[in-house]
Amino acid sequence: MSIQASHSFYPLPGGIHPSENKAQSLQGPIRQAELPARLIIPLTQPGFAQAHVQVQPGDKVYKGQLLASGNPVTGLNAHASTSGTVVEITEHAVPNMSGLPELCAVIASDGQDEWQKLPPLDPAETDVDTLITRIHDCGISGLGGAGFPSHTKLRGALSKVHTLVINAAECEPFITADHALMREHADEIIKGIWLLLQITGAGKCLIGIEDNKPDARDAMLKAIEDAFDDRLSLVEVPTKYPSGAEKQLIWLLTGTEVPSGKITIQSGIMCQNVGTARAIARAVLHGEALVSRITTFTGAALEHPCNMEVLIGTPVAELLAQCDLDESRLSRVISGGPLMGFHLPHADLPIVKITNCIIATTESELPTPAPQQACIRCGFCTDVCPVNLLPQQLFWFSRSKELEKAEQHNIMDCIECGACAYVCPSHIPLVQYYRATKAELREAKEKELKAEYSKKRFDFHQQRMEEQKRQDEQRRAERAALAKKRKQEAAAGGEQAGGEQAGGEQKEAKDAIKAALERVNAKKAARAAKASQQEQNDTEPGS
Amino acid sequence: MSMLNSSPHGHQGHSTGQVMQQVMLACVPGLTALTWFFGWGTVINIIWLALLALGIEALILHLRGRPIAFYLRDYSALVTAVLLGLALPPTAPWWLGLIGITFAIGIAKHLYGGMGYNPFNPAMVGYVVLLISFPLQMTRWVLPVGATDALPGFGESLVMFFGAEPFAGIDAYTGATALDSFRQQRGGMLVSEFWSVTDVMGRWSGLGWEWVNTGFLLGGLYLLYKKIIGWRIPVGMLAAIAILSAVFYDGGSSASGGSPLMHLFGGATMLGAFFIATDPVTASTTPKGRLIYGAMIGIIVYVIRIWGNYADGVAFAVLLGNFSAPLIDAYTQPRTYGHRK
Repeated sequence: MSIQASHSFYPLPGGIHPSENKAQSLQGPIRQAELPARLIIPLTQPGFAQAHVQVQPGDKVYKGQLLASGNPVTGLNAHASTSGTVVEITEHAVPNMSGLPELCAVIASDGQDEWQKLPPLDPAETDVDTLITRIHDCGISGLGGAGFPSHTKLRGALSKVHTLVINAAECEPFITADHALMREHADEIIKGIWLLLQITGAGKCLIGIEDNKPDARDAMLKAIEDAFDDRLSLVEVPTKYPSGAEKQLIWLLTGTEVPSGKITIQSGIMCQNVGTARAIARAVLHGEALVSRITTFTGAALEHPCNMEVLIGTPVAELLAQCDLDESRLSRVISGGPLMGFHLPHADLPIVKITNCIIATTESELPTPAPQQACIRCGFCTDVCPVNLLPQQLFWFSRSKELEKAEQHNIMDCIECGACAYVCPSHIPLVQYYRATKAELREAKEKELKAEYSKKRFDFHQQRMEEQKRQDEQRRAERAALAKKRKQEAAAGGEQAGGEQAGGEQKEAKDAIKAALERVNAKKAARAAKASQQEQNDTEPGS
Repeated sequence: MSMLNSSPHGHQGHSTGQVMQQVMLACVPGLTALTWFFGWGTVINIIWLALLALGIEALILHLRGRPIAFYLRDYSALVTAVLLGLALPPTAPWWLGLIGITFAIGIAKHLYGGMGYNPFNPAMVGYVVLLISFPLQMTRWVLPVGATDALPGFGESLVMFFGAEPFAGIDAYTGATALDSFRQQRGGMLVSEFWSVTDVMGRWSGLGWEWVNTGFLLGGLYLLYKKIIGWRIPVGMLAAIAILSAVFYDGGSSASGGSPLMHLFGGATMLGAFFIATDPVTASTTPKGRLIYGAMIGIIVYVIRIWGNYADGVAFAVLLGNFSAPLIDAYTQPRTYGHRK
């Protein structure tokens, strides 16, 4: 009984068929890159928590020794990729989209390549938590592209996942790293998958592979057969870009649409790349930290394109030289594929965990983009969009900064696969417009949130003030009532006495005035003694 | 924005200029049929309009301070010239084309912002301006080979182009088109009766016209095959015309609107369906919207032909479709991945 590949899949809308350019790098087996004299190993990852550096310049390190530890929740550990001495810890340019430098450890190799491994674990007798901790300890991140820390993803997926999807599609042109890995290490991939199933508790695993790599498919089928595990099945899907995008592959294999804005685990599905599966197997079964990966070196400027197992931190320039780079023909160096990869400003950059492919290309192979022309709304982009957006509308909204409309047309669902720009006859760099608009939308959202927060704070403040005022008034009213009550009580106790006293005081004052007036009048009377009788009579009413 | 850093780094290699060239290439079978049945007039129209279009486009680009050579290479002005040239009668004098193309490129295209920004199909704006302003010149079609003994030769076509009366007199060559005759001269006859008394009708539709339409159909199929145009707009438009004409065919009675074949292969049906309604700039852009847009144009064409004042209605129908395209788009957004059905 031999296991067959399944061909039942849910067709992907849109998509493109660019020339594959995969054969060039698949002519030979995976090469072992030469041990570099100097390695530049990133200690942090952009977007993730700061790492704690564990070594100092001058320290002797072994291959696999921890250089920096990320935090246990979302951090990623960094390890020395070979034995040697830490020369310095400094900011260095690394291949990333932003172009910002990162904290790196520069290591001078001692040429011994001496391992320091963790003890191997027996997966059958190890609990899930220990397994995940091991994956964290070994610094494993997704090797497919995004580089998300694997332990974080796994912890988030515990007992929430029914299906494991293994991404073996490798749909981008030029890249063959996973293809080569499957040809040569299918057994280790299957072991990694077994561990992933063990950890997540998923009941089944679908391995999605494009039909342009029959030798890799057969190697995988053989390994599945050897594993005697009926939870595994391999699905061969038609070659079409971007069938290897996470949510697209999940649709192809399971017919499940992950709702907009949600992660796949919320739909009960976890996606892992074949390279990640193998790294997990090496970490658990051999105690090896992630210090190397398989990277495709290809492009028309290389005499000998190939796949190489390279140490993380090896300078790209050295590796290109090992493939016999023809500098005179080189036009650009691209990290990743031609559709989603990014242009490297120079080759003095290290290989990092997500570097799946380096393309040293020539002007004739990947020409400089032609100048942008006017959009004629031909709709070629609509036909190829794998998520059913209207790219040309999004372009107009992006240009005119109509953020609200762009959002209504679901720009946030764009996966930036680049299929639209690939077919655009007017050579509009559509993805670039979308990235800018998405960033603006995110910023606007943040501002909105902030504004909402301050409004809430203000409202709360107002409310508190009003409450206080109300309480004050109440207190005042209470006090007034109390005073009134006391008064009444007092009044009830000695009303008479109080009244007399008050009346007496008034009388006294009146009497004093009267007396004074009388005195004055008496003087006047004395002065006017000689005056008429009338005058005396006049003073009398004043008395 | 730096171009160097943005993915994707590869491109299919097609350019807007190539798209336009393919469209012009696909016009050749239809143009050949027009020339075969109606003489050299259309070819002369196209050459004249092409020269004018390039000149006007260059002039306006210059006035707008745009790079002239860069924009001329998108060939859009030439396509407008070719489409208007195909639509004008072969007897059109030079000034008719001049006015039409000036309106098309100067006003309908550049006053609205140029390539990609025009809400209305430039060639059809030019055509409708002429049709309304110069009804006599615009409806004076050459009689097809078979209905007349003498087709105007190249020389006589040139004479008419320069606005003069040809030697044999212009009326020797011209007459009402098939669709026009069907409307105006049938006078209560059965369809079959009309067919037998007139010499402008061919096998299924107007004499000559059925081949002209076949030519444009072939060109359209080529564009479909080359994926220059999508199937939705032509299918929507042709289906609407076919269904309406079948409903109102009435067995060929005296009240019949004419057979579906007469309408599909008559007048500007195929030219409109594959070359004019499909102009992407002015059409609906959503998949569902394009079907609706095409169907709407088909319905208006039929309504104008049967109950309207004009023999054919493609130009008006397309312009009315252009009006509705943004509205249609707004209501026919496709469902994005991960959004509720």
